Amino acid sequence: MAGKRNKGNPGLMGWIDDRFPATAMWDDHLAKYYAPKNFNFWYFFGSLALLVLVNQIVTGIWLTMSYNPSAEGAFASLEYIMRDVEYGWLLRYMHSTGASAFFVVVYLHMFRGMMYGSYRKPRELVWIFGMTIYLVLMAEAFMGYLLPWGQMSYWGAQVIISLFGAIPVIGPDLQQWIRGDYLISGITLNRFFALHVVALPIVLLALVVLHIIALHEVGSNNPDGIDITDNLDENGVPKDGIPFHPYYSVKDLVGVGVFLFVFSIVLFWFPEGGGFFIEAPNFEPANALKTPDHIAPVWYFTAFYAMLRAVTFSLFGLDAKFWGVVVMGAGIAILFVLPWLDRSPVRSMRYKGWISKIFLVVFAISFIILSILGALPATDGRTLVAQICTVLYFAYFILMPFYTRMESTKPVPQRVTG
Amino acid sequence: MKKLLIAVLLICLPGLASAAASNYNMEPFKADLRDQESLQRGMALFVNRCMGCHSMEYQRFARTAQDLGIPEDLMEEYLILGDHGINDLMTISMDKGDAEGWFGAPPPDLTLETRLRGSTWVYNYMRTFFRDDSARFGVNNAVFADVGMPNVLEDLQGVVINTCSREELEARGGHTGTLDPLTGIRSGQCLKVQPGTGSMTTAEFDQAIYDLTNFMTYVGEPSRLQAERIGTFVLIFLAIFTFFAYLLKREYWRDIH
Repeated sequence: MAGKRNKGNPGLMGWIDDRFPATAMWDDHLAKYYAPKNFNFWYFFGSLALLVLVNQIVTGIWLTMSYNPSAEGAFASLEYIMRDVEYGWLLRYMHSTGASAFFVVVYLHMFRGMMYGSYRKPRELVWIFGMTIYLVLMAEAFMGYLLPWGQMSYWGAQVIISLFGAIPVIGPDLQQWIRGDYLISGITLNRFFALHVVALPIVLLALVVLHIIALHEVGSNNPDGIDITDNLDENGVPKDGIPFHPYYSVKDLVGVGVFLFVFSIVLFWFPEGGGFFIEAPNFEPANALKTPDHIAPVWYFTAFYAMLRAVTFSLFGLDAKFWGVVVMGAGIAILFVLPWLDRSPVRSMRYKGWISKIFLVVFAISFIILSILGALPATDGRTLVAQICTVLYFAYFILMPFYTRMESTKPVPQRVTG
Repeated sequence: MKKLLIAVLLICLPGLASAAASNYNMEPFKADLRDQESLQRGMALFVNRCMGCHSMEYQRFARTAQDLGIPEDLMEEYLILGDHGINDLMTISMDKGDAEGWFGAPPPDLTLETRLRGSTWVYNYMRTFFRDDSARFGVNNAVFADVGMPNVLEDLQGVVINTCSREELEARGGHTGTLDPLTGIRSGQCLKVQPGTGSMTTAEFDQAIYDLTNFMTYVGEPSRLQAERIGTFVLIFLAIFTFFAYLLKREYWRDIH
């Protein structure tokens, strides 16, 4: 069908369209992609994630031009970029601030999906592609964090790689296989560099394409969680739909402006993000013989790190660390099956019952508390709070098939509201 | 291999005891990177008093000269000691192996010290050395307990005696007491300078350390002022851009209800 459209037109575009579906693709994804007209604040973060991805790729390419991926030269090359390369500091801060911004927008984007049921049928694959993006993004961020070769790079990587050592039988060998050495060394740095700048970005871009193609196949959800394709006009266009371009392209431009304003304040005035975006120990070169006083992962991993540390007891002859890794892995994995846990007759939180609303709020608060706890040294009291929050985090998912069916929901409107 | 590694680790561990944590109640410090005179004085002090042992191996003399408003010929004549050129990195010739033998650990590179520990830490650290006969170099420090560095500025500050216990010293910090303008002694303060032993008054010494810390803060992030200047223009641009983007959006959306 797409191949048959826009054929035989005059001019340059006609010439191209006869050979490549340029106009057809433009129409399918922008000019005649009908999005619900009631998108609110929460719908900015998808396009912003794309913006940050482009920022990361472009600044990353330029950083690669001056970066030296060796244990001997990595740290010094970063300071070379910060001091001797024209606007090198700008590129580096755009990249380091961008990494944190990426997770901010992705977390808000995911929360939007959870709030309005954007993962529900027929958008399960949109959600799963999105979750896979999140997973790859975590790997990408983790490997990128080793590259400055500072103390926190080194010991953070040490902690994360040691998690694989908790797997029974194959653990120690697996660790060594990941590092490529008996300890984290220049060999590890080189392979992480290769994965960070070549392999994972390719996978990431491919997944973003799949995410968007899947989305445009089924159409966007909206805050009311109803299908705009149920109400079509005489031309087959949804009555509540508006072409993505120009309506949402101009609207997203405003979002881009506001986002970049906030981003620039951090970038130009607070690039260390209060020690959360660039951690202070990372201003000291990696030293395998000196452990920092307190090792904490970067803020976007701390929730899962807190879950890991919350498991303090062994079970079935396997030690606490193993179960911690299991809980942490499950905390991420359970998000993948979310579309099949939600049994509510309605999609959006607007029309779900109060139990769903409470669970979502408790889930979000638990995640934030876990994120804070994961950045702090563990004490008995904090471990207890982390354990409670971990249970609440999982309760949101595990109890979802029950509470979404039990509760009474509000009637869903025929057409989108406000 | 693994056993060897563990053996090496065990042998090295005692020597690797890092900075003992201190809860010293620090005096505040606020850098002023626009004060070029302060930065220049700080650099002079650093080059003359610190660079024998501490490098700034990621920073270049030329960049520093440019940012601090020091003419290159003056820089070469007075501030570049040894056979360095103006475009060289601010390295030192002390051998790290020798230094380790002398001090237990090689004196760290100080390019990023203010970003690693904070400018406030450096400012307080440099001002709170005191005599301690039980310590290795005869001095201890309020901020960095059991420090492995001699008090290289004692001839400027004077001999400092600690009159409190460690806990009391850390709790009182540098805030307490009132300054006697004649003697430069703060009453109620733990650390007391013995009058007549230093070539600077307390106020002069505090200013010198302020300048030094200010300079080190600059070196930690030489792009700071440029970043804030460019950032201001970027924000102005973005505000205008966003305003017009909003007008455009409103115009397009006029017919959507």
